[in-house]
Amino acid sequence: MLFSPSDVRSSLSWFLSGMRGILSLPALILMTSFVGFSAFALESGIGRGEAVFMTLVVWALPAKMILIGTMAGGAPLAASFLAVTLSSIRMMPMVASIMPDMKNDKSPTWLLLFLSHFVAITSWVFAIQHLNDVPRDKRIAYFGGFAITLTLINAVIVGVCYGIVAQFPPIVAGALFMLTPIYFFASIWASARHDVVKLAFVVGVVMGPAMAMIEPEFDILYAGLGGGTLAYLFDRYVLRPRRRAKASPSVMEDMP
Amino acid sequence: MSDAWWWTYLVIIIAGWLATDLWRWLGVIVGNRLDDDSEALQWVRAVATALVMAVTSKLVFFPTGTLAESPLWLRLAALGIGFLVFLLTGQRVIVCVGVSIALLIAGLMVL
Repeated sequence: MLFSPSDVRSSLSWFLSGMRGILSLPALILMTSFVGFSAFALESGIGRGEAVFMTLVVWALPAKMILIGTMAGGAPLAASFLAVTLSSIRMMPMVASIMPDMKNDKSPTWLLLFLSHFVAITSWVFAIQHLNDVPRDKRIAYFGGFAITLTLINAVIVGVCYGIVAQFPPIVAGALFMLTPIYFFASIWASARHDVVKLAFVVGVVMGPAMAMIEPEFDILYAGLGGGTLAYLFDRYVLRPRRRAKASPSVMEDMP
Repeated sequence: MSDAWWWTYLVIIIAGWLATDLWRWLGVIVGNRLDDDSEALQWVRAVATALVMAVTSKLVFFPTGTLAESPLWLRLAALGIGFLVFLLTGQRVIVCVGVSIALLIAGLMVL
C-alpha cells in the first residue's frame, strides 16, 4: 500500500472540497458561458456529439471558438491546427506558473501532465487564489477535484443545452458575453500577490487591443510575450530598486 | 474522405486536442524546473498574466455576437466604473461583476 487509510481519506476529502468549488461564482459564470457556447456550436453547424467531444478534449473556450471558426470556414486541417495552436501558446506559461505551487517532491509527472489538461483561465485563477491555503501534499487532489469536475459538468451542460437555447434575447446574450471578461478583470486583479503581476495585468489590457489593430495575426503573442517581458523588466530594474531605496532609511533607523 | 462521420472527430483531435495540450504538457515540463520565487518564475507569471489579460481585454474591445453592435464607450464605461467601485470597496469580485453588468444592461435598454 502506498497510502495509509487516513491519508487516503484526507486526499479524498480535499478532492471533495475542490469539487465544492464548482458552486463558486467563477464556476457558475463559466457555466453560463458554456450555455452560450452550445448555442454558438449549433449556429456554426457543429453537431451535439462533436460539441461535447470538443469540450472534453480541448476545454479552453477561446481555442474552441477558433477551432469552430476555422472548421466552419472550411479551412484545411493544417490551417486549423496552426490557428488553434498559436492561440494556445499562452497555456504554457499559465501551466508553468502554477506548477511550483501545485506539485510536491513526490508528485508523479504523469499525474501533473494529466491534470494540466484541465487548466484553462477559470481553473488557473482558482489555483492562484486557493492553492496556498491547502497543505502542499493535498493540492493536487484539491485542484483535480475542482478542475476535472468543472470540465465534466460543462460537457454535460453543452450536451443538454445544445438545441434548447438556440437564441437568447439580445440583451441577455450581451450580458452573458460580458460576464466572463468582467469576472476575469476583477478576480485576476484581486488575486495578484506580486506587483509585477499587476503591472503585467495593465500592460496586457492595453496592448491586447492595441496589437490587435496593428498586428492582428500575432497580437496575443506580442502583447503577452512582449508586454509580459516589459512588465517584468520594469519591475525588476525600476520598481524594485526604488522600493529598496525607500526601505533602506528605515533599516538604518532601526540600527543602534 | 472528408464526408465520413469520423473526419470531424479527427480534426478535433489533431487541430483541437493536440494543438492545445502540446502547450499544457510543455508548461508542466518547464514549470517542474521553476523554483518558488525565482526570477524565471516572476517572468513566467508576468507573461502568463499579460497573455490572459490581452485575450480578456480583446473580448471587451472586439466582442462577437449581439454585443458587436453595441457602442464601445458603453462597454468600456460599464467595465471601468464597475472596476473602480470594486477597487474602492475592498476588491470584492461580486461588486465588480454586479455593477458592470447592471450598467451594461441599463445602457443596452436605453440605447
